Amino acid sequence: MSETMRDRFSSVATDLLLRDKKAVVVLAAIGASSFTDAPKTVRNRIIDVGIREQAMIGVAGGLALEGFRPIVMSYTPFLVERPFEQIKLSLTHQGVHATLVSIGGSWDASTEGRTHQAPEDVAVMSTLPGWTIHVPGTSDEAEQALRLAHESSTSHYIRLSGDQNAASVDVRPGAISILRRGSDHGPTVLAVGPISDAVLEAVERTDATVLYTNVPRPIDADGLRAEVVGSEIVVVEPYLVGTSVAQVAAALSDRPMRIKAIGVTDPELSHYGTPRELRAVHGLDTDGIRTALEHGIAQVAS
Amino acid sequence: MSVMTGDEKHSEASTSTLDVLWTLYDRVLRVDPDRLDDPDRDRFFLSKGHGPMAYYAVLATKGFIDPAVLAGFSTAESPLGHHPDRRRIPGVEISSGSLGQGLALGIGSAIALGLSCSAGRVFVLMGDGELDEGSSHEAIAVAGRLGIGRLTTVVIDNQSSTLGWPGGIASRFAVEGWTTRVVDGRNHDAIEGALTATHVDVPLAVVAEVGRKP
Repeated sequence: MSETMRDRFSSVATDLLLRDKKAVVVLAAIGASSFTDAPKTVRNRIIDVGIREQAMIGVAGGLALEGFRPIVMSYTPFLVERPFEQIKLSLTHQGVHATLVSIGGSWDASTEGRTHQAPEDVAVMSTLPGWTIHVPGTSDEAEQALRLAHESSTSHYIRLSGDQNAASVDVRPGAISILRRGSDHGPTVLAVGPISDAVLEAVERTDATVLYTNVPRPIDADGLRAEVVGSEIVVVEPYLVGTSVAQVAAALSDRPMRIKAIGVTDPELSHYGTPRELRAVHGLDTDGIRTALEHGIAQVAS
Repeated sequence: MSVMTGDEKHSEASTSTLDVLWTLYDRVLRVDPDRLDDPDRDRFFLSKGHGPMAYYAVLATKGFIDPAVLAGFSTAESPLGHHPDRRRIPGVEISSGSLGQGLALGIGSAIALGLSCSAGRVFVLMGDGELDEGSSHEAIAVAGRLGIGRLTTVVIDNQSSTLGWPGGIASRFAVEGWTTRVVDGRNHDAIEGALTATHVDVPLAVVAEVGRKP
């Protein structure tokens, strides 16, 4: 079994702490156990504020004001939704930057229920200016995103997932890449992050072109314009349906395109089981995506 | 202050802070308008943000901003809004206005100054009404438990908290491990004495009582 994105995060974050004296990890209890074996030389830069997520982001903002580069990690709803005003005001509005890393995604906390799930996260973070949003498809892509984010001078949100694709996509970070070339008359499917393997399986018997990105914000508009074929594009995202439709529409605004979307349609499913089972209930496993594609395709049309 | 009009609903929020602000900038803070980026400067965060007329007046008197800009307060041409913007006003360390944001920022800044071996200290001004925010209490707990010794919070108590603080504001800080002082918020010597009290490895909370206007 491949290394989880969460495990990779811990090792890469520790490496960044060792390499960069301005790196600091800020936690709210969740994830703290991953750093108990961190070298003594970096432990004063691993700050656990306890289960206080507003303070977590605020403290990160204060560190950033002084030139430090905070890496903040928690479960998606506790990182993005509960302290959203702190992200808006203690980071963005102050003009300072951090790397926020979430775990749990849309269905990884499959037995915990709605309180631990936030398929709205990418949409919510998209309302803030200047943030780059990463949805890596593999642990290697997650590492690439974390290192790139840390070296940058801007703010990044990295959405880690339990799901992983079988292979990483080796492209310029953020660039649209082609996973499958169909006919000029078939639809284009844009798959985001760890859902692309299921998309590829779902279109096996079609003439669809499949594009891939692990950076939905800002979306690679030039790459999208260069690679889209046909007059129909379906955006498949492992979170709230339609999250990136506006960005795709803007990129293709001068073309007569139908844009459709597949994603999480009902965050209030109130359903348990394994992550795989919950994903299937959302209709985002291979069969679900295939069915959506076959039935006039999508759950949202613009 | 009288030339800054248009935010009269926060006049009390402004005047209640004036003596503490003046004492901070005149007697306590190690800041210099000619060295705004000095890494060893003290940091002052006006957490509550509301009623910044007193803050702007003190900044102007101490040479951080041109006194001539005060009269344009909150006009389209002015950098001075009803809540301060750090990106537009020299010497303003944080943008504020939404209550309950500043103390956690102060904790992060203080931790960073410690990691950088800076001589700088962090002073955060809050209001007693601002303490109603849950985020304030997260930050009070964090600062106390982590022992943020270079952090001082001064709470202006003009009794604007909706439900009040039975047992006193200071007790809320003390239970989390802060050193506390309660002073007359109009007495400059008392304010100075409290703000310069020794507090090794624990944060200091100064409650400045100013009373509410009749």
